[in-house]
Amino acid sequence: MDMLEFLSYGFIQRAIVAGSFIAVLCSVLGVLLVLRRLSLMGDGLAHVTFGSVALGLALKVYPLYVSIPLVMISSVGILKLIERAGIYGDAAIGIVSSLGIAVGVVIASASGGFNVDILSYLFGNILSIGAAEVYISMFLAALVLLTICFYFDEIFSMTFDEEFAKASGINVARINLILAVLTSITVVLTMRLVGIMLTSALLILPAVTAFQIGRGFKHTLFIAAATGVVSVITGIFVSFCINLPAGASIVLINFVLFFVAFALRRCSFFHE
Amino acid sequence: MQTVVSAQDFSCRHNSAEVLSDLNFEVGEGDYVGLVGPNGSGKTTLIKAMLGLIKSAKGCIRVFGYHPDEQQEWPKIGYLPQKHLSLNQGFPSTVREIVGLGLFARKKSSSRIRETDIEAIDRALELTNISGISHKLIGDLSGGQQQRVFIARALVNEPKLLILDEPTTALDPETRENFFALVNSLNKEKRVTVIFVTHDMGTIGKYASKLLYLDKRIIFYGSFDEFCRSDSMAHFFGESSQHIICHKHN
Repeated sequence: MDMLEFLSYGFIQRAIVAGSFIAVLCSVLGVLLVLRRLSLMGDGLAHVTFGSVALGLALKVYPLYVSIPLVMISSVGILKLIERAGIYGDAAIGIVSSLGIAVGVVIASASGGFNVDILSYLFGNILSIGAAEVYISMFLAALVLLTICFYFDEIFSMTFDEEFAKASGINVARINLILAVLTSITVVLTMRLVGIMLTSALLILPAVTAFQIGRGFKHTLFIAAATGVVSVITGIFVSFCINLPAGASIVLINFVLFFVAFALRRCSFFHE
Repeated sequence: MQTVVSAQDFSCRHNSAEVLSDLNFEVGEGDYVGLVGPNGSGKTTLIKAMLGLIKSAKGCIRVFGYHPDEQQEWPKIGYLPQKHLSLNQGFPSTVREIVGLGLFARKKSSSRIRETDIEAIDRALELTNISGISHKLIGDLSGGQQQRVFIARALVNEPKLLILDEPTTALDPETRENFFALVNSLNKEKRVTVIFVTHDMGTIGKYASKLLYLDKRIIFYGSFDEFCRSDSMAHFFGESSQHIICHKHN
């Protein structure tokens, strides 16, 4: 396969551009979520999206208009459950996630089914991304990255030690809210663009790959973003060459990168 | 003498149980207070309340004249939490980055690190004798080294009030002695006010100018000598226990 020929297709160009932006924003958010032991936040919010899409269809409102605020509320709800009820992050995600699914099933059942395929709102395909969606992914990536840059010290401090961050005068509740909102928007929109499997994978795998070889917090964020972008481009190329599903190929490439980083760490290339 | 910490009728509850009851005390500038008491006596709760990490149920506690919710003097406060049992050993941060986190209180917002910030970090690293490991990841260090990193983070702003919650638990005897000497010199030479939570009453008696013995309420607040001479303390602890504590001090 000639690389120039591969890059000459419009749908490939759009997939690479949008996929790269989504990879950067998911990877950077993923580092923060994994370090705060909220790795499955993406999966949990995806299940809430199912319930909220069903609600939107039942109310005959464009589903994303219902999904975005409801997923934001759920995301904040997860944080409040951890903070107020004193339960672990995975359990809080499990509660909200199963509630989302249950509500979706009840609404779908009570409505007697929908004319539109509910799953089409949940499972996007990176190779079918349109021009408008490329702009959405660029805007979203810029929004998330600028916010993280603006609050970098606060986010770093509270990711490392929330209690110390509070004792330094950081408004932890406000930063938590901002991160919850950014995560919600990212999950809802990227799920629609590239599917839940890829969104969830891009939130976790580049982050854990970067943890193997990162030599500092900023360095780790940079490696995670680079890993995400490399996996998207390589995954699309591999899927095009040997006719495999693009999303699954990107996930597999991510796993290979994680394994290589893990092996390098074991061989003490990066750690003294 | 300026009052640094003051508590008035301060009480605190946790799950409907009263953890601290009607505390009234003042800590003045330059005081070195040993905060002691049995497990569950409310020592950590008290310092968390000073920092606004726990809300009061009644009364108020002020640091540098401010209620914790309206605190304006965060850069003047250095805080070392109880041993970091929950520290994620895989956290991808270097020693230098973590010490630099202490600077946020004076920066107020995310901004570029300035020359003065780098100098402050270097000073804190030197003071705690960890300059040689500043490039290492926190998870690659021993428990004692990690504790020194957190001490450096508490000192990086050159605080006027140092709140230390059992800071010497993970330290070897030599490092522990050096740490006590460091805190003592900050207190004596720079008039840094110190609140030092510990179970080691004998050692803290050597350094602290005041002893605050807590058991959900204030049992004793005064100098160590007063503590040793106090008949009511002899009654409370039993004469032999009081003698052992005071003997260790001497």
